[in-house]
Amino acid sequence: MVDNNKKFKMVSHIIMVFLCLCCILPFLLLISSSVTEESTLIKEGYSFLPKKLDFSAYIYLLTRSSALVRGYMITIGVTVVGTVANLTLTTLFAYPLSRKDLPHRNIIAFFIFFTMLFNGGLVPSYIMWSKYLHINNTYAALILPNLLMQGFFVIMMRTFFTANIPDAVIEAARIDGAGEAYILRKVVLPMSKPILATLIMMVGLMYWNDWTNGLYYINKDKYFSVQVLLNRMLSDVQFLKTSSSVSQIGNLAQNLPSTGIKMAVAVMGALPVMAIYPFFQKYFIKGITIGAVKG
Amino acid sequence: MVRKLKKKYYRYLPLYIMMIPGLTYLIINNYIPMAGIIIAFKQINYRLGILKSPFIGLKNFKFLFQSSDAFVITRNTISYNLVFLILTPAVAIMVAILLNEIKNKRAKKTYQTIILMPYLISIIVVSYLVYALLASDTGYINNSILEALGKEGISWYSNAKYWPFIIVIVALWKGFGYQTIIYFATIVGIDSTYYEAAAIDGATRGQRILHVTLPALKSTIITLTLLGIGRIFYSDFGLFYQVPLNSGPLMDVTNTIDTYVYRGLLQSNNIGMASAAGVYQSLVGFALVLTANLVVSKISKDDALF
Repeated sequence: MVDNNKKFKMVSHIIMVFLCLCCILPFLLLISSSVTEESTLIKEGYSFLPKKLDFSAYIYLLTRSSALVRGYMITIGVTVVGTVANLTLTTLFAYPLSRKDLPHRNIIAFFIFFTMLFNGGLVPSYIMWSKYLHINNTYAALILPNLLMQGFFVIMMRTFFTANIPDAVIEAARIDGAGEAYILRKVVLPMSKPILATLIMMVGLMYWNDWTNGLYYINKDKYFSVQVLLNRMLSDVQFLKTSSSVSQIGNLAQNLPSTGIKMAVAVMGALPVMAIYPFFQKYFIKGITIGAVKG
Repeated sequence: MVRKLKKKYYRYLPLYIMMIPGLTYLIINNYIPMAGIIIAFKQINYRLGILKSPFIGLKNFKFLFQSSDAFVITRNTISYNLVFLILTPAVAIMVAILLNEIKNKRAKKTYQTIILMPYLISIIVVSYLVYALLASDTGYINNSILEALGKEGISWYSNAKYWPFIIVIVALWKGFGYQTIIYFATIVGIDSTYYEAAAIDGATRGQRILHVTLPALKSTIITLTLLGIGRIFYSDFGLFYQVPLNSGPLMDVTNTIDTYVYRGLLQSNNIGMASAAGVYQSLVGFALVLTANLVVSKISKDDALF
């Protein structure tokens, strides 16, 4: 029995290590390729160990080209502004909804719940944002459409408030003469650090990784965030591949980012998330597990 | 009476004011586009504007369903989702059970950290990872594996027959960690006295998993499957568009409703068909959520979503 137990544990470890390798090896391939010398890369292809170490892709990206640095600034700016705005809207919506005494709160809750069940789809949404609100080629395009407030996060936060903030605390503050804004700021929010941290992580990740708004609404280089830049660099290769005209290929090849630089940009797009995440793992995991429990 | 009512609402006025920004956003971002569904019943002319564009009834839908596209995109969207719906929980539950058997805390945490990484990376970066493996001239598989085996390189991005597998593997790779975390959290929450009682009764490890762990996961399985069924008409746009590099020869197995709508709207300028496909997706998706929820609420009321 004990022996059997040990064996089972061994097998568990072996399978887990194998799965972890599956998860991590593709990233190693990416990183290794980004620091391999260009001609080796073209001759021998991408590999897990750089046969000839060379950092020129990164040097080029950080010194000679402004696209990546600007992309980073935009991504960071959009992530910070978007996350702050999203959390502000979410909190301001979730707190009143959590108040059991608020008249008509069920109607309002349904108003937001319904957006999770039904939507108009891409076509009307795109036409509204681009043809009527003229959002194309602005930073707002990276922040506003679909990302600013999600019913899902509002309900997550409301559930947290309902479960963790006793009515008596709010009532006591009211009797002391505190206004609602004051109660939210000084009583509710200080008690809600876990959910705030979790949502900051989830929303921040969402903004950092978003590329679809950039795809739909942006075609000027100077508004490219890192993910949009990555997407565009991938698309150029497609264009090269599907294009039949020889002269066009020759023309494009000159501007085409080299094999190594592409991998370097991909590394730069993924690295911050992978580097930061282990330290905040707790909050990500909390976000995922709360999210799965219905609100 | 009126005064009393006024007083009652006056007290809650600040709370309502707080909700104004959120309500405004929901109306603009969510509800106006819902009304925009009428676009599918019109022949859109941007110069006339949406309201003045002429109504053409169900013509857009007729064109859509007469084309072979309607069948292909429906088939692809639904069948990939069905495979994901079965495969992802199966793998995730297995991994969660294994993870629970590991008692070394540091190992357990490290495994958890690593298997969640693919989930946190944008699908664009995933496209690069896949490209690094599959590129026909510089990809790892062609250059290092197939060459070492003395086989000829495969031109992955123009051979449709491999892609159903590639898409499923990529989706599983990216998504299993997320579900594992959810199932693992449920398993950790199981009262340990159940296991002790089972052990006293002489249950083997397999029996304990079968009769204690799995039944405890039932609720979570139902909830996640229900959410999945509600999304069965939707697909991860990046997974089907960018991971196959938008490659034409692969379209038959990679075109889903979402990629079709995008291409119609922004590439081939076929707004009629794109909006018809979008409405088709919204309505059937909505009906599926309601039906799935209704069925579950009949079978086990507590597990229904609403």
